[in-house]
Amino acid sequence: MREIPVSAISDALCEMCVSINHRLSPDMEKLIYSAREAEESPIGRMVLGKLCENLETAREETIPICQDTGMAVVFLDVGQDVHFTGGSIEDAVNEGVRRGYRDGYLRKSVVGDPLERKNTGDNTPAVIHYQIVKGDKVRITLAPKGFGSENMSKVFMLKPAQGIDGVKDAVISAIRDAGPNACPPMYVGVGIGGDFEKCALMAKRALTRSSDSLPANEKTAELEKELLGEANALGIGPAGLGGRVTVLKINIETYPTHIAGLPVAVNICCHVNRHIGREI
Amino acid sequence: MEKYISAPLTEECAKTLRAGDMVYISGVVYSARDAAHERMSKALDEGKPLPFDISGSIIYYLGPSPARPGRVIGSAGPTTASRMDKYTPRLIDMGLIGMIGKGKRTKEVKDAIKRRGAVYFAAIGGAGALLSKCITAAETIAYEDLGTEAIRKLTVKDLPVIVLIDSDGTDLYETEPPKYAKKP
Ligand code: SF4
Repeated sequence: MREIPVSAISDALCEMCVSINHRLSPDMEKLIYSAREAEESPIGRMVLGKLCENLETAREETIPICQDTGMAVVFLDVGQDVHFTGGSIEDAVNEGVRRGYRDGYLRKSVVGDPLERKNTGDNTPAVIHYQIVKGDKVRITLAPKGFGSENMSKVFMLKPAQGIDGVKDAVISAIRDAGPNACPPMYVGVGIGGDFEKCALMAKRALTRSSDSLPANEKTAELEKELLGEANALGIGPAGLGGRVTVLKINIETYPTHIAGLPVAVNICCHVNRHIGREI
Repeated sequence: MEKYISAPLTEECAKTLRAGDMVYISGVVYSARDAAHERMSKALDEGKPLPFDISGSIIYYLGPSPARPGRVIGSAGPTTASRMDKYTPRLIDMGLIGMIGKGKRTKEVKDAIKRRGAVYFAAIGGAGALLSKCITAAETIAYEDLGTEAIRKLTVKDLPVIVLIDSDGTDLYETEPPKYAKKP
């Protein structure tokens, strides 16, 4: 049993919130820079050039990359030999987010009751997903999510007979419908299988997988590539103003499912796909 | 074409802008998004005045991040305009002449744009750090309790935008992407 004070989780998250809102992970930066080279449309190239400039300004002048600094989505992969001390882990996560958003001058974008819609003033609560894993470490993944793109995400409960073509149609139609609202070029997370909530969770988690890492198997890697090609044939382009680069990357995760179903979730993210990890 | 315009905007000037023009705006624009639009709409329902003179004005659909000490504003890029569509035709009919945002608009908004010779501009979504550099002054003028959603009077210098829907109703989102779409 390893003891970890919950304050260590707060401290890590505070720093992560500030860091990732000012500088994207190296894989994301690389994707955006190479998109600028690949784009054919003049207006698309101009937009991508501005996005590169924006990344530099954000980093050098400590201005958030985007004003929507997101709702904090936190994945906690907790080793089964860990014992948290010093308070509630949920409170500690929210404390880290609260401090990060306050001290980092990040936008407070969370309303308490979804219908009364009063801003909580500190960007909490976070959306927290816990997972128990082997070992005595804690892996924290933070993905602040903007809602321009989140609003365009979808879950499809397909029939098994719709098969792979049904899956492709679902993904491409979600990207087409997202269009300019999702601040293209987009980054797309897809969950195939599981059940209603499992596929959505896989799609969100897929967004946090580094774009230069490979999915679980060869077949999924091929599907990712094929869908990327189809998505970039839509012509939506950077900022939706026409071009070849509509989607930067599609990451897919799969899970076994029921004999009667084929759930597919498409979590749309923009080019400001923020994800950052720490191990404690 | 590249054009430099000043805000508030005159009808004559708005009419010269064509979909696809790269426009640099200097002058005063107002930030307002979801909650501010709801309140403005309520105020009008109750026969109360709007918190600023809407005639000839440009609204920037924006909820900025907080300003660091010594700075004017934080990150300041556009939000999705369609969430404001419900409230927009009424404001256009009252004299609102320009909107800055991102994303498609409804037919009702397009009709109002054509009817009144207004214009809808795109600012680049997700370029808030860069766009914030064009804002030289910011003052909260209404609904301060809404935090980022309060209405701010922004002084801008050469704020770069692209004309998305012009006063003839030409929509760049309809004309440009098809040129790059590949048939399966
Ligand atoms: S969709 Fe992404 S880039 Fe666009 S405003 Fe939201 S967070 Fe920013």
